[in-house]
Formats: sequence, structure tokens, C-alpha cells
Amino acid sequence: MRTAFINELTVQARTHPEIFLVVGDLGFSVIEPFAREFPGRFLNAGVAEQNMTGVAAGLASEGYHVFTYSIANFPTLRCLEQIRNDVCYHRLPVTVVAVGGGLAYGNLGYSHHAVQDLAIMRTLPNITVLAPGDPGETKECVSWLADHPGPSYLRIGKAGEKKLHDVKGIANGPLLVRGTYSDRVALVSTGGILDETLVAADILARGGKSVAVYSLPWLKPLSEAHLGVLKNHECIVAVEEHVVEGGLAAALRENLPQSLPVHSISVGDAASALVGSQTFLRNAAGVSSSHIATTCLALLS
Amino acid sequence: MVARANASHIGGALSMADIIAVLYAEVLHVRAEEPVWPVRDRFLLSKGHSCTALYAALALCRFFPIDELETYAQDGSRLMAHISHKIPGVEFSTGSLGHGLPFGCGKALAAKRSGAAWRTFVMLSDGELDEGSNWEAILFAPQHRLDNLIAIVDYNKIQSLGSVAEVMELDPLADKFRAFRWSVREVDGHDHAAIREALSSVPWEVGRPSVLIAHTIKGKGVDFMENNLQWHYSSPKGEQLSSALLQLGGDS
Repeated sequence: MRTAFINELTVQARTHPEIFLVVGDLGFSVIEPFAREFPGRFLNAGVAEQNMTGVAAGLASEGYHVFTYSIANFPTLRCLEQIRNDVCYHRLPVTVVAVGGGLAYGNLGYSHHAVQDLAIMRTLPNITVLAPGDPGETKECVSWLADHPGPSYLRIGKAGEKKLHDVKGIANGPLLVRGTYSDRVALVSTGGILDETLVAADILARGGKSVAVYSLPWLKPLSEAHLGVLKNHECIVAVEEHVVEGGLAAALRENLPQSLPVHSISVGDAASALVGSQTFLRNAAGVSSSHIATTCLALLS
Repeated sequence: MVARANASHIGGALSMADIIAVLYAEVLHVRAEEPVWPVRDRFLLSKGHSCTALYAALALCRFFPIDELETYAQDGSRLMAHISHKIPGVEFSTGSLGHGLPFGCGKALAAKRSGAAWRTFVMLSDGELDEGSNWEAILFAPQHRLDNLIAIVDYNKIQSLGSVAEVMELDPLADKFRAFRWSVREVDGHDHAAIREALSSVPWEVGRPSVLIAHTIKGKGVDFMENNLQWHYSSPKGEQLSSALLQLGGDS
């Protein structure tokens, strides 16, 4: 997804002279195409995320649309107050980009597991929160952001994710990827765990069970109208590579009628002490395809 | 203003008042009738708790009606007790320390990248130099040759809970900035001519950001407030208020 991000940002920068990329001394072998083509609109701010975000806000106050780019929690939690006060309060066009959302940097350890970011960013004022599920959604998110400069957060995966579906536009509600509007159970996934969610649907299909699978890269602002399509289903299973507090499940519960149950597949605390690949950690955290399928089977029986 | 609102922070407002006066009277290129004049100099108050001095200066410069000062920190007022960007002439809201200099670096970099001639001035407190984000910015500015950035340190030597020397010694402060590749000058922060001379001649070195270390007296101008930690918090009442206003040349 990081390649899809930088490629689309580079394309958008050709027609949006206000786009500016600031990196926190990270992005080796990723950000070079942009830096080469737009050296006047590129900056490596060093290993100093508070200053990076303050500088981004200052640049944005003078007319730039600044994208700050770093890994996992570094561009969010390390400089949260700069995002809250300098960017969001002043309504400045800064898009914070975190690469490696969820457990994507699995074996690098807990410091690199971004599993609280969606909750925290969702509480900030004036912000748009986006978590695309595959490279195609990432491209669409960057395209939308380029046309709508403002305080925003883009949580992407890492590298090598497969394209999972054809997508055009991410701002108009959940994207149906599999199944139908008349399926009893709807899986709603946000971010890079869409792949795991689709494997779960495959497992269920092999057993003759059909579920709808939606991707919801658009997490804020949300409204009941935005989620209206989900009301076709009897129950929702929210799938996220994120703790249960404040993430996708919470966002759905806040915006859907109480009569529509929202079950949660989310990361517990257990994974925090373990090291492993993203697949291993998803399994350990209870968010693997088999966990998702098992939950759905119980709801369908 | 402070007494009416029973507010804090009069000491730090008085310590920087002379510098604010010189800036707005003689240094900054700003227009009250056009607060967002594109080529204006940008002034950022990073020590946002000292906003009364800046609000007063902006009102005297006619950025907003002087009567509005009476509403400071009252219910429904836009003059909040930390500087607010909703006020004409105010570029940036602060209140949490350590935000002004990084933001100022962004503005100065934007001017450099676009070839604009306006300057960015950032007023810092001494206590807020405890914040690590300032030192990130202090590293950043010379790296990017931001000689259009001018930091002013209101060095009154007293922070919230004690003297700077007791809490987190900054000296040798000038040497620290020099080691970080800044162009440094020190000045008596109540000597208008010296402040004017220093701030009118920036940048002092091409390619380097400037820092004016202004040695000031917390609570300057009111004998019972000067160099007294109590006036970081207290609000003058009754005879104290009359005496303070008399000493400052206002109407008691």
C-alpha cells in the first residue's frame, strides 16, 4: 500500500502544486519518486516527530497541503498534541500518513504495532480518518484527500498487499466486496485486514454459507445515513486490526440503530508481548480468518 | 484585564511587554486594517499564557476595538486566557508550551521555498525551553538556513514552580544556541533602544536563524511583583491593583 500511496501522491502533485511531503527520516526505497520529481515540495524533517508535525502545520498555514509520513505510531502518538492543537484546532490541511497500520510490522515488536491509532485520531475535531483495505483503496483515498485538503489521517498497510477488488470512490459508504445486500450477516472490515476477512468469507462459502463482506476505509466523519446500506442485514461483524476500544466496532455502534447488533473481531492485549509475522500475530490476537469464520458460523447457526 | 478576570500570568506578561511594544511600534510590518496582509511579518506568541500584553498591543494598534479588552477571559469572550487565533492579528493559538517554534519553522520554510521576504518572529518563555520540541526546532532551523526566523527568549529567570536555576538551569543559554548554530544576541529586555537596534538588523548572519535572549524582570514595572514567583499565579486586588496601575501609568 505504501507504493500505491507514493505513486498516487506523485500523480496528484503534478496537478496540485500545493501538495508537500514531509517524512520523519523514514521511507527508504519508497518516497524517492516524489522526492526526485518535487524536490521543492519535499522535506526530511529528521527523527523529530513533534517538530515535523509543527513544521507541517506551519507550512500548511501558508498554503501547502502537507502529508507527513512515518511508521506506525510515530506520526500520531508521538506528536498527538501537535495534531490536536496545531493541525485540527486551526483546521489546517495536514494529512498524517502512518505506514504499517495494525500488526503489519509484526516482528519489529510492540513499539511498531499501531493498534490504538484509529480510536485516538477519531476523537480529534475537524479530522477525516481513512484506513484503506488494499492498494486500490489507497489510491482512491489519496485522490480524495488531494481534492479535499484539511486535517486528515491516512492509515495504510506496508508493502506487497494484493489488490482485492475494484474500487471507485471511498466517500460514499461501505464498499460491498463479496456477497449480497440480502445476506443475513455482514462482515465490515477497515484497513489492511480486509484480506483476512475475505479469506474468512471463502472458508464460509466452502461450507455453503454466504456472508456479505464490506470494506469501510472511511471512518470519520460517519453518520447513520452514511452507513444506511448496513441496515439491510440482521447483524454486523466489525473486523479491525485494532483494539476494541474506540475503533471500527465502536464507530459502527455509535452510528447504527441499537437494534442492529454489532459484534467485534478486534485485537486484545495478548499479542502485545509476542513477536511474529503479521499472520502469526493476527492468529495470536484472535483476528485471523479462522477466528472471523468461527464467529460468523455461530451467528448463522 | 487580569484583575477583572481573576486571572493568572501577569508576571510573564509584564516581563515581555517592552519587547511587544517595540515589535508592534517599530519592527513588525503588519497592518491592522488588513490582518492577513500577505506580505506581513508573522508573529507567534509561544508563551500563550502571557497573552494580555499582546491583546493590549493589538488593541492599541486598532486590530480590534480597545473596549473589547474589558471582556478578557469573561464568559462568552473570544479573548481567551491563552492566545487565540480567532483574534484579528493573532497568527496561532498556543497554551501548551513548545508549539510556537516548530510552527514558526514551518512558516519560515514556506517563505524560503516561495521566495517571500516576510519574517517570522517567535516569542518564547524561558520555562518552555524545558520542552524537547523546542530543541527539535532549534536543531531544525539552522539546518534549513532559516535566517528569516527570529526567536526571542523572555528570560525572566522564573518559571512556574521556582527559579529557572532551581528547576532546570538553562545557562549558559547563549552558548547552547551558538552550539546549535544560531546567531545569538543578548539584550536588556526593557531597554527599548537596544531591543529596537537588535530586532531591526536581523538577520545578523546570512543563513542562520537569530535568537535574541532578552534578560527581563518578571512582573516588571510593579515593585511588589518584580522577581516574585507569586505573580505567575496571583491576580492583583484592591489596593494592590490601584498601586500596580499607578506604577504602570494607567488609570487607577
